[in-house]
Amino acid sequence: MAFSIYDFTSFNQAIDKWLYDLLPPVLALIVEMTLIGLLFLVFYAIVGLFLVYAERKVCAFMQNRVGPNRVGPYGIFQTIADFIKLLMKELIMIRNSDKLLFNLAPFIVIIASFMAIAAIPFAKGLHAIDFDIGIMYVIAVSSLGVVGVLLAGWSSNNKYSLIGAMRSGAQIVSYELSVGLSLLTIIVLAGTMQFSQVVEGQANGWFIFKGHIPAFIAFVVFLIASTAETNRGPFDLAEAESELTAGFHTEYSGIKFAFFFLAEYMNMFIVASIAATVFLGGWMPFHVGGWAGFNHIMDWIPPLFWYFGKTGFVIFLMMWFKWTFPRLRIDQLLNLEWKYLLPINLVNILIMAFIVLMGWHF
Amino acid sequence: MKEVIHTPVQKVEEEEYHINMGPQHPSTHGVLRLVVTLQGEIVKRVQPHCGYIHRGIEKMCEKDTYPQIIHLTDRMDYLSAHINNHAVCLLVENALQIDVPERVKYIRTIMDELTRIQSHQLWWASFGMDLGGLTCFFYGLRDREKILDIWEESTGARFLQSYYTPGGLMQDIHPDFQKHVKEFIKYFKKKIKDYDRILSGNIIWLERSRGIGMLTKEEAINFAVTGPSGRGSGWSCDVRKHHPYALYDKVDFKEVLYYGGDTLDRYRVRMDEMRESMHIIEQLIDNIPEGDYTAKMKAVIKLPAGEYYQRVESARGELGVYCISDGNKTPYRLKFRTPSFSNLGVLDHLSREFKIADLVAIGGSLDLVIPDIDR
Repeated sequence: MAFSIYDFTSFNQAIDKWLYDLLPPVLALIVEMTLIGLLFLVFYAIVGLFLVYAERKVCAFMQNRVGPNRVGPYGIFQTIADFIKLLMKELIMIRNSDKLLFNLAPFIVIIASFMAIAAIPFAKGLHAIDFDIGIMYVIAVSSLGVVGVLLAGWSSNNKYSLIGAMRSGAQIVSYELSVGLSLLTIIVLAGTMQFSQVVEGQANGWFIFKGHIPAFIAFVVFLIASTAETNRGPFDLAEAESELTAGFHTEYSGIKFAFFFLAEYMNMFIVASIAATVFLGGWMPFHVGGWAGFNHIMDWIPPLFWYFGKTGFVIFLMMWFKWTFPRLRIDQLLNLEWKYLLPINLVNILIMAFIVLMGWHF
Repeated sequence: MKEVIHTPVQKVEEEEYHINMGPQHPSTHGVLRLVVTLQGEIVKRVQPHCGYIHRGIEKMCEKDTYPQIIHLTDRMDYLSAHINNHAVCLLVENALQIDVPERVKYIRTIMDELTRIQSHQLWWASFGMDLGGLTCFFYGLRDREKILDIWEESTGARFLQSYYTPGGLMQDIHPDFQKHVKEFIKYFKKKIKDYDRILSGNIIWLERSRGIGMLTKEEAINFAVTGPSGRGSGWSCDVRKHHPYALYDKVDFKEVLYYGGDTLDRYRVRMDEMRESMHIIEQLIDNIPEGDYTAKMKAVIKLPAGEYYQRVESARGELGVYCISDGNKTPYRLKFRTPSFSNLGVLDHLSREFKIADLVAIGGSLDLVIPDIDR
């Protein structure tokens, strides 16, 4: 069992083999699934806590503030303290609300983000499941979250929540198109929808560089559309606090609110990792053709660092424009999608297909 | 037997529904309650319900002496406390025909303009926040702190200063006052460019404010929308120009006018007014003459019987004080004509047929201060 930080394949296979030798196949499968589930739970919690802390620090620095700095050094335990507070808060049940849907909604939101994270490759050989239609799967699963948002708004018996949920429905259904089409542009270039092969295809250059201008346009469109899809500023109309107090989760308290809160950050993490994987080469190091020495040094940096570095960069970009731009209005939001992003995207795919046909890409 | 008062219920058309914005809502800036009738996202009617912070200031004035009334005026429009004080002081001084020393006039004018700047800074901050740009809020408050520090030094208070008294000032300015004001002007001239960079040129922001909440000049006059909100519609209504008080007839300044009448122009007026205010302060700050900080006043101030009216330009419009005196040391009746109250009246007219998000923008652009409405 050779453990290497550069390639997890043999390590994982060794565990797999050991489990199957030890247990009957069905039991081994169950144990494996439980293990992966637990790992993801822990990962989920850590990333969620870290992202909340990161957002608070980033926005604090953009706003001339210090941010959390009381709990632990530099306030790093602030989110844990907040989480404990949320756990201990009373779960308020709203009179005349639809109890079943009201309780179900946070779980749907969080399950959707959970399912999406399963398909993402973190390093070579380090992903839960490698579908041959990985990108398709992630797009499909991540859009399930809107069902939870709609249910939350509908069942809360609150008009603010309902307006927020309706906005969110219109928004996510529209922007789903742009997310899909911009990823499709890269699928045309990559020739595969399997995440592992998409990453392998970027060994000698990331797709954002390989695909000339169309790939860059696709990246920008994806960034805009995915920000809108995760309900983050400047597209946070579903929870526009100056208009709708807190939008669809106005009536949620305690741990149920925490679920929505966590799901928002996990969705951001997921779209950032898709952007990193599809456009910026995932865990692939940065290579420049012909510079053997430079490439060697880049290879020496472990893929996990590359992966989290790129994801972190995209997350930072998203935080940056959340804390800079004012919010759009609902009709402007839909105009932006249907009148600008969608036509740009369609033309972009054609150009990309043409480039690939002529073999002009690197 | 208790009589039950029925409020008239407004007829609701099909597919219309009401939502209650406030009295606790992030964008009403206080305890204003708006009953908004919506059809989908479209605003059909807005019914403001005020009175949640009514403290009966006008009634309280009837039992207070004139120097005591000053302290109540601070609490009306808390963002232009100095200017509110100024209105009552001018009323008493004009009624008694007292000449205040030149030094007092200089200091009062500078303080008034500092008040206007900080009020507009806070307006800019909260307006940005209304439209979802949270960073604006912190930028605005950061710069406002500088003015509050200057005030704390000279007046002893940061927020409700009660610095003016009939005939002069509570105390003289701090020796460092001029130095710090000049530092602030230098600092803020740089920072106001940041304001423009983060909001004024932003495409999202322009789209959110252009053509929203159109108010024509005639409507502005009919609804008595004064101050920057009225000047955004091209109505020249600056009291400082038309009925000058203090030193406003001696200093050089422009009355900022824009003619579009939409949210964008109301925004532009305030941004330019901050620059004009700095221009006024620059002319005065080096020339404050030596002298007394207050005129000689009797221990008990009694206004001769009669009616008096005094108006000043507060940060959000024309503030009028109407006083009936029966010759006693307390007024018989005192009435404040506060700008926010009449500006609120136009909210329904402006926001009809716009989206609910625009209602928030329009409300922000009118710069309402709720205690000023309710008094």
